[in-house]
Amino acid sequence: MTRIGVFCCWCGSNIGGVVDLDRVREEVSKMPGVVHAECYRYFCSQPGQQMIEDAIGEHKLTGVVIAACSPSMHEGTFRKAAERAGLNRFHVEIVNTREQCAWVHQEEQEAATEKAIGLIAAMVEKTRQNEPLSPGSAPVVRRALVVGAGISGVQTALDIANGGCEVILVEKEPSIGGHMAQLSETFPTLDCSQCIMTPKMVDVAQHEKIRLLTYSKVEEVTGNVGNFHVKVRRMSAHVDRDKCTSCGICIEKCPVTVTSEFDEGLAARKAIYVNSPQAVPNTPVIDAEHCLYLENGKCGICAKVCEIGAVDYEQADEILEFDVGAAVVATGFDEFDPNLKPELGYGRYENVITGLEMERLCSSSGPTMGEIEIDGKKPKDVVFIQCVGSRDETVGNEHCSRICCMSTTKQAFLVKEKIPDAAVTVFYMDIRAFGKGFEEFYDRVRKKGVVYRRGSVSEIYRKKDRLVVRAEDTLLGEPLDLETDLVVLAAGLVPRHDADDVAKLFKLSRSTDGFIKESHPKLHPVETTTNGVFLAGCSQGPKDIPDAVAQAGCAASKVLSLLESGKLTTEAQIAEVDEERCAACAMCVTACPYDARTLDEERNVAEVDEALCQGCGACVAACMNKACELKNMTTRQIGSMVSQLGDRS
Amino acid sequence: MTLRLERGTFTTTFTQRLKELSGQDLFTCYQCGKCSAGCPSASVMETPPHAVVRLAWLGQEKALRGLNTYWLCAACLTCDLRCPKGIDVSRIMEALRVMFLRPREEPDMVAPDSLPKDMLSRIPQQALVAGLRKYTK
Repeated sequence: MTRIGVFCCWCGSNIGGVVDLDRVREEVSKMPGVVHAECYRYFCSQPGQQMIEDAIGEHKLTGVVIAACSPSMHEGTFRKAAERAGLNRFHVEIVNTREQCAWVHQEEQEAATEKAIGLIAAMVEKTRQNEPLSPGSAPVVRRALVVGAGISGVQTALDIANGGCEVILVEKEPSIGGHMAQLSETFPTLDCSQCIMTPKMVDVAQHEKIRLLTYSKVEEVTGNVGNFHVKVRRMSAHVDRDKCTSCGICIEKCPVTVTSEFDEGLAARKAIYVNSPQAVPNTPVIDAEHCLYLENGKCGICAKVCEIGAVDYEQADEILEFDVGAAVVATGFDEFDPNLKPELGYGRYENVITGLEMERLCSSSGPTMGEIEIDGKKPKDVVFIQCVGSRDETVGNEHCSRICCMSTTKQAFLVKEKIPDAAVTVFYMDIRAFGKGFEEFYDRVRKKGVVYRRGSVSEIYRKKDRLVVRAEDTLLGEPLDLETDLVVLAAGLVPRHDADDVAKLFKLSRSTDGFIKESHPKLHPVETTTNGVFLAGCSQGPKDIPDAVAQAGCAASKVLSLLESGKLTTEAQIAEVDEERCAACAMCVTACPYDARTLDEERNVAEVDEALCQGCGACVAACMNKACELKNMTTRQIGSMVSQLGDRS
Repeated sequence: MTLRLERGTFTTTFTQRLKELSGQDLFTCYQCGKCSAGCPSASVMETPPHAVVRLAWLGQEKALRGLNTYWLCAACLTCDLRCPKGIDVSRIMEALRVMFLRPREEPDMVAPDSLPKDMLSRIPQQALVAGLRKYTK
């Protein structure tokens, strides 16, 4: 006989303030099969869980329905509590009365209450028909994939490798370091970015547990948590990486010049190049798009001057395959393109530059050796503009980029250091100096004479060889026209242009700001909607270096605890096949996104690989003969849930 | 002048009406002043556009009444184009004109046939509609 207990959680005032829980309990008590119903302020708390355990024993419950927050929050908590009381965890079901009732119907309390009662009635019906299940286990491959080798990817790779697991670190660019390698000093401590980054880059290259693949892209990811199979395309560098001694003669003699991506277009590079003298690895690559030999067979100088014959025009792309147990996506960000704000004159005036371009100008390894100069002239007046492309709905970016307040403050400081008599003005709307030491640094910079004026710049125009910045000082309520020699736009951080491809590759979701979505903003900040895939750094949202490093460490520890566990509990609520009905049409094989369905051609039936099946139900929908069913989510169960809801409406 | 803020100011009928008429959610304004900085008429306005939005936000009907700001707005739409929060400031100006005109005993009238034909093709849409609305009270 089924004996169901229903527990209605207040969730503080989250649910209790909207849904009339006394009435819910009253209605629920009348439902067939329900022998116990109670309400409590926080069922997730220790005493709350104890109440559930006690009730299971006292009322000999065979099923538990908990009306509370989303199952993604506490399903595990409550199932563990039931297990402690001796009930199979799959006899516990959650009704989401918080998100689906209280939160979305805050203004319609009666309707919210009715909806809660209906949803509970449906779930009671389902629970009555639940079967006890036991999850299986699968082995875990003790190797991790890290995608992207900026500071986040580098730190994640080092932490995992130091923990004893192998790492495949894949970077699209010819060398590692990402955006951080481009920076000059870092706020608020003014550590030189190169000085703190380069040793880590070298560690990565030398670590015996890390296989570094630069100039490479992940092309395909199949399989599942614990057992992913990845294909990586190692793009041809047209240089034999083993032979090359990085002497640099090929670069010196190459006749083709191209604007340098690493120097943000402020300097030139050759068609055979390394990003910077500190690049790791230091082996040059040939940019096939611009190489004369690869284009039309003429030139060939680099091959002629290379004494050891490392240049290889015939070298083809390689496809490498790996099995990994977990993956970390650390693909970073793009800088906002200020061409989308035409009134600021970027791209029209050469002395309007972005924050990253300013970093290259300030960097002692940059194109001007750290001198802030435009066309060889040092600016006397410098204007910084905050929030370019951040907090701006007209370009679709509602978010704050978090780093620009402080990176601008740091750059203003550097201008004052390098050109002491320069007049520096920062236009801002709000200064967000939230991090450790940030407010103190902001103070220090203002004491140095940097003028902060509250207001957004409306337009920039040229006047002879200078620029005029037109803004409103909103604190004075006065308009102003400010003549200047250099304008630096604090262009915000936006999702990488290929964020969508990365999301598709790993089956991840993206949040409304376009960055990759974590599975819970507070409690699972590095996990994703795909089990075994984690996030680090700006792929998840804008963050500064300390936050990126902290998140990288967090992702690494999650990866290690997964890989070190050795085996994995597999999903128990999976698909099963009624072999009598199966016609072996293979619709399920095509429908399955996890490669869990195969055809046994001898017996002529479709099979389920229990280790791979995630219980998504795609095969159930695809099956023409109704031969597929999802355990504890059978067609019959769904039918009775729907009829419960139908009876009540 | 000291502004007097009372409980419920933010939901005054004045502010709500302004929101309805303009279709703009002025509560999202973060007062960056970009509208004022780019406004070609701002130099002759008694109060710059962003401050008018602020006063409207605070429900300051008295302070807004009689200002020349919304009459000098030429509906050139520069502010609309540049506002980072996507607020059409010119629509707020238009809504203010409407709100202060409607209750008048004898509204200013623009007779459609008094407008030269060649002007009709050049006149900004918003200015034309505003003129006719005055006619209908």
